[in-house]
Amino acid sequence: MATKALETSVRRAGVVSVISLEGEIDGFAEEALNHAYTAAAAPDVTAVLLKFDRVDYINSTGIALIVGLLAQARKSGRRLLTSGLSQHYREIFQITRLSDFMQIYPDEATALAQNA
Amino acid sequence: MSNLLPSLWQRLFGTGRRAAPTLAEPRPAAPLAAPPTVLDLDIAPTDPLAVYFQANAQPVELDKLNFESPALQRLKASGAKLVVPLVSQGELIGLINLGPRRSEQDYSADDRGLLSNLATQAAPAVRVAQLVRQQQLEAQERERMEQELRVARLIQQTLLPRELPALAGWQLSAYYQPARAVGGDFYDFVRFDDGRLALIIGDVTDKGVPAALVMATTRSILRSGAQRWAAPGRVLEYANDMLVGDIPPKMFVTCLFAVLEPATGRLVFANAGHDLPYRRHAGGVAEMRAVGMPLGLLPGMHYEEREVVLEPGDSVLLYSDGLVEAHNPAREMFGFPRLQACLGRHPGGAGLVDFLLAERARFVGPDWDQEDDTALVIVQREALPAGGWQTLASFDWPSEPGNERLAMEKVAEAVRQHAALPPGRLEKLKTAVAEATMNAMEHGNKFQPDVCVHFEVRASAGAVAVQITDQGGAPDRAAETPNLDAKLAGQQSPRGWGLFLIKNMVDEMHVTSDRHTHTVELVMRREESNRGD
Repeated sequence: MATKALETSVRRAGVVSVISLEGEIDGFAEEALNHAYTAAAAPDVTAVLLKFDRVDYINSTGIALIVGLLAQARKSGRRLLTSGLSQHYREIFQITRLSDFMQIYPDEATALAQNA
Repeated sequence: MSNLLPSLWQRLFGTGRRAAPTLAEPRPAAPLAAPPTVLDLDIAPTDPLAVYFQANAQPVELDKLNFESPALQRLKASGAKLVVPLVSQGELIGLINLGPRRSEQDYSADDRGLLSNLATQAAPAVRVAQLVRQQQLEAQERERMEQELRVARLIQQTLLPRELPALAGWQLSAYYQPARAVGGDFYDFVRFDDGRLALIIGDVTDKGVPAALVMATTRSILRSGAQRWAAPGRVLEYANDMLVGDIPPKMFVTCLFAVLEPATGRLVFANAGHDLPYRRHAGGVAEMRAVGMPLGLLPGMHYEEREVVLEPGDSVLLYSDGLVEAHNPAREMFGFPRLQACLGRHPGGAGLVDFLLAERARFVGPDWDQEDDTALVIVQREALPAGGWQTLASFDWPSEPGNERLAMEKVAEAVRQHAALPPGRLEKLKTAVAEATMNAMEHGNKFQPDVCVHFEVRASAGAVAVQITDQGGAPDRAAETPNLDAKLAGQQSPRGWGLFLIKNMVDEMHVTSDRHTHTVELVMRREESNRGD
């Protein structure tokens, strides 16, 4: 299979953890995504930012994984944020109502500035 | 006469003066073996000597002539004693000049009679020889000009594209006909790695080899500029700056440079003083205006870039002035309004070139001598069949997890090649195709790699339809509508978004099943519409 496995990296920006995503978010991404979220969800972190700048494909299974992360975040009182979504996936986040629960920012700088 | 005389003997016997054996420059004390020479004497028609010989076509001793005449003075200075005019059909065509007799006696009446007879008989022969020589020179000149034309044509024909680029979903046609005096028209195509295509047409002022050489240079400059920038305005700026220092005086180049993006129909263009291209579309025929000076006139010019989007069925005509500047016997010009009207009357496509040439031929009449080169380039986006469906792609794909992404790209490529959907709507179709394919591979074919999902991609004038067929028969695939609140509360599985996404991405979804197969048809219209749901 020639799909592009998801690669993640996690770093802190104050009380926000930033997860940079690169590749495709589908069924193959489950382990990488959950692993990154676990690393990001330190006790003093109040929000986790998912950076989608380098994500070129999200399917319904990927949406389900994000729903799973969102459920986890809400359970522990954290906000889940997004940045860098293309217009197409921004529309999908609206259709699925994910955008009702996850603030969508155009870029990381804006997201961090408003959640410091 | 004045033109004939100075070169009389050169024409007869070539330029070597010693090659004129019958006419000796008068040399009173000349040695016996002195070679005869030609006196290069130009006698103006108004010279009294010319007037005299026209009236007296007889040998005459120069000492007896006393009037102011530059020609007479030169003859006397050369030592000539007796001059015998050569007259043919009333026209003075030469003189036989004789020096003093070696006996130092005067020429006798017999001598003069003999010389007069000789001149009478020689003159027609000299005249014939003159005419033959003149024809030979004219033939040489014609041959030289023909050779120059052959070189100019060779340069042009060598540099014009040998074949047209093949573009899926597009028709390209080109025509080039040099006039007798070859001009500097040219057209060219440049392919880019990303699928775009540059369309170039140009016209060098002047004709013949100089114009052909400037055309060749311009073509090379434009090609190298295109490789660096692929932006029409920038390429023309570069070409102008390169040409302006080196182009011969009073020459310049008009050029239209356009870059076509076949997937979207976007055509970006800039114009260096060339005839405005025409775009034929559903609403009529329109000029494509962009401002810019011809190349090679002034340094540092800026070229405006404009763009249009060619819809299916639209075409663009690039042409040189040989088409519009053709004249009929009444000296009326074919002209832009007539060309625009012709374009409006023709449905376009491969026959448009022949149609335009036939219209011009009808206008100019049968005896027309082509005044200038004619170059035409037509690019047309293929029309989608009205009311019917055209198959864009048909393929099978093995059922393995993750393969939906590859199948989705293959469908997208077919749609993109035929430019059947705007990019935003194609993205939505891609997501729907991926989801339907995942369902087909997982639920229909149970991820058996040797059982394929079949894809049919079709387009009509207004929509694209993708049929995705698996071998799962008619199962019960009813899925509950996803509710995010319920999912976040743990009352629903986080999954189950596939069908929901499909329905929200495309305009229509049709499902058909039989005992063996299950087909989902996704329909996406070209234009956004109120879905009413």
